[in-house]
Amino acid sequence: MTHVVECRELTKQYTRGRETIEVLRGINLSIEQGDFLAMMGPSGSGKTTLLNLIGGLDHPSSGEIVVGGANLNQLSSRELARWRSEHVGFVFQFYNLLPVLTAQRNVELPLLLTRLSRAQRRQNAETALEIVGLADRARHRPGELSGGQQQRVAIARALVADPELLVCDEPTGDLDRDTADEILGLLELLNTEHGKTIIMVTHDPRAADHARHVLHMDKGVLLEQAA
Amino acid sequence: MKLFGLVWSNLFRRKTRTVLTLLSVVVAFMLFLLLQAISDAFSSGVSLVGVDRLITSPKYSIVDSLPVSQKQQILSVEGVDAVTQQQWFGGQYQDPQNFFPKYPVVPLEYFDIYRELHIAPDELEAFARTRTGAVAGAALVERFGWRVGDVIPIQADIWPKEDGTRLWEFELVGTFTSDEGPVPLLLFQYDYFTEAVEEFGKDQIGWWTVRLSDPSRAESVAAAIDRLFENSLDPTRTATEDEFSRQFANQLGDIGFIASIIMSAVFFTILLLTANTMTQALRERVPELAVLKTLGFTDTTVSLLVLGESVLLCVAGGLLGVALAMLTVVGVGPGLESVLGSFNVSPSAVLKALLLALLLGLVIGSVPALTARRLTIVDALRAH
Repeated sequence: MTHVVECRELTKQYTRGRETIEVLRGINLSIEQGDFLAMMGPSGSGKTTLLNLIGGLDHPSSGEIVVGGANLNQLSSRELARWRSEHVGFVFQFYNLLPVLTAQRNVELPLLLTRLSRAQRRQNAETALEIVGLADRARHRPGELSGGQQQRVAIARALVADPELLVCDEPTGDLDRDTADEILGLLELLNTEHGKTIIMVTHDPRAADHARHVLHMDKGVLLEQAA
Repeated sequence: MKLFGLVWSNLFRRKTRTVLTLLSVVVAFMLFLLLQAISDAFSSGVSLVGVDRLITSPKYSIVDSLPVSQKQQILSVEGVDAVTQQQWFGGQYQDPQNFFPKYPVVPLEYFDIYRELHIAPDELEAFARTRTGAVAGAALVERFGWRVGDVIPIQADIWPKEDGTRLWEFELVGTFTSDEGPVPLLLFQYDYFTEAVEEFGKDQIGWWTVRLSDPSRAESVAAAIDRLFENSLDPTRTATEDEFSRQFANQLGDIGFIASIIMSAVFFTILLLTANTMTQALRERVPELAVLKTLGFTDTTVSLLVLGESVLLCVAGGLLGVALAMLTVVGVGPGLESVLGSFNVSPSAVLKALLLALLLGLVIGSVPALTARRLTIVDALRAH
């Protein structure tokens, strides 16, 4: 099986004044292509930090991280931005849609960085919205959509550039149970039908049940690794 | 170009705030161009070609006087057809609010040179004959309800009488009209003025009106007149009537300097106002900018998006300001041309305004753009 994510001896420290906080302590992790992995753990355990490192949003203090064959440590900020736009889709807890844009234009955002024509961008955005079942809400702004619908638009935005990897940080954390189940069902569909590798951070054991594998973190270490 | 839509949408995130800021920029640039037009009018040289009347006034200030003895010397200049004098009398009629110009003149000479003014021959004759006589523009007569035969009392502020009193009384002997519209002007006899005025005003005049025999020689005649008095105690400056009007207004102060001061204050205010708007707008959407970076927008692209908003706002305001200034000039320009000469927005002023708009946008947007550039994704998202 091909590993899409390889983390070796990954550490991350933050300095606040004179205090150094060690958030990740020597993480070793391999994630197979096509996996749907849930990471669980209490607040402050380091799961979001690890997700940010895998998604190329932050640099590790030490260790190596290779995603989709790219060694992220060696990429400059500019190269990392380009890499993210091509290889990773992000889904956040609070959707993070631009309120001034319609659903369709929000979904089109990642495509503005490509050479696609306007018509092609529109076409791709419509397709992504169809996949998440929101084709009929394309002209609505985020403020006119429910929380679940907004999260679907965010998933469509994450999908539209056809990345191999989706990183989701508490994607159902702000949703009621039924809507959360719908979103998790959608993620499962993207994993099974579209072959997307998904890494999801969650507090919710019921959400984690939708994943193929579950890892637990505490105090900056992977408990499975420690075991 | 594909990012323009994003800039535009973000700019109008808070429509009321953006529209109000835009309006302030529009007004600033309209004011800039109108003041520039006024300043240009005051500082521009005026061609003397083709005019048949010139004004010869004291070289350094219109509050100086010239001796009446210059008249014969001016008349001797080749190309001069006629000369007559005027003096700024000032004075108040009943109330300081009742302002209108009052000139002591030589009646026959004056109406001979100012042929656009029309007066009945018998009234002109009465004016010339009556020592304390005065004639007034029809508009003035109508305004104050004067009738021929009325005595018009004027309280002098510049020119007291020889006996120390300040009350001058003139008998209205006629009215006149003009081809060029209402003339709120009171004329009285120069001979009476120079006879009755305090010693320092005797035989002094304010300026000469010179009629030319050949308009094509206006420039050389003007130079010849000024040369005549170049080394005298009373040097002169000869110019067109339009230019004289502008010099008159310029006595109030350096118009260009005043315009610059006003504009500096306006632009400084606009700078602060718009910068505040842009900073506020940035603060409101730090997480959104972080999301853009997450999606793959580089630090440079995100900072350019932010900079683009302030540039767009200022340039759009500049363009609208230019358009409004041009419309204003079309509307009020003809009415001001008699005072200012040519009153228009020059292409160079438009270019200057647009460059200034661009610069303003860049200056205002630079700090928010830098802040957006330095934003780290993780910190910005965590703050959210």
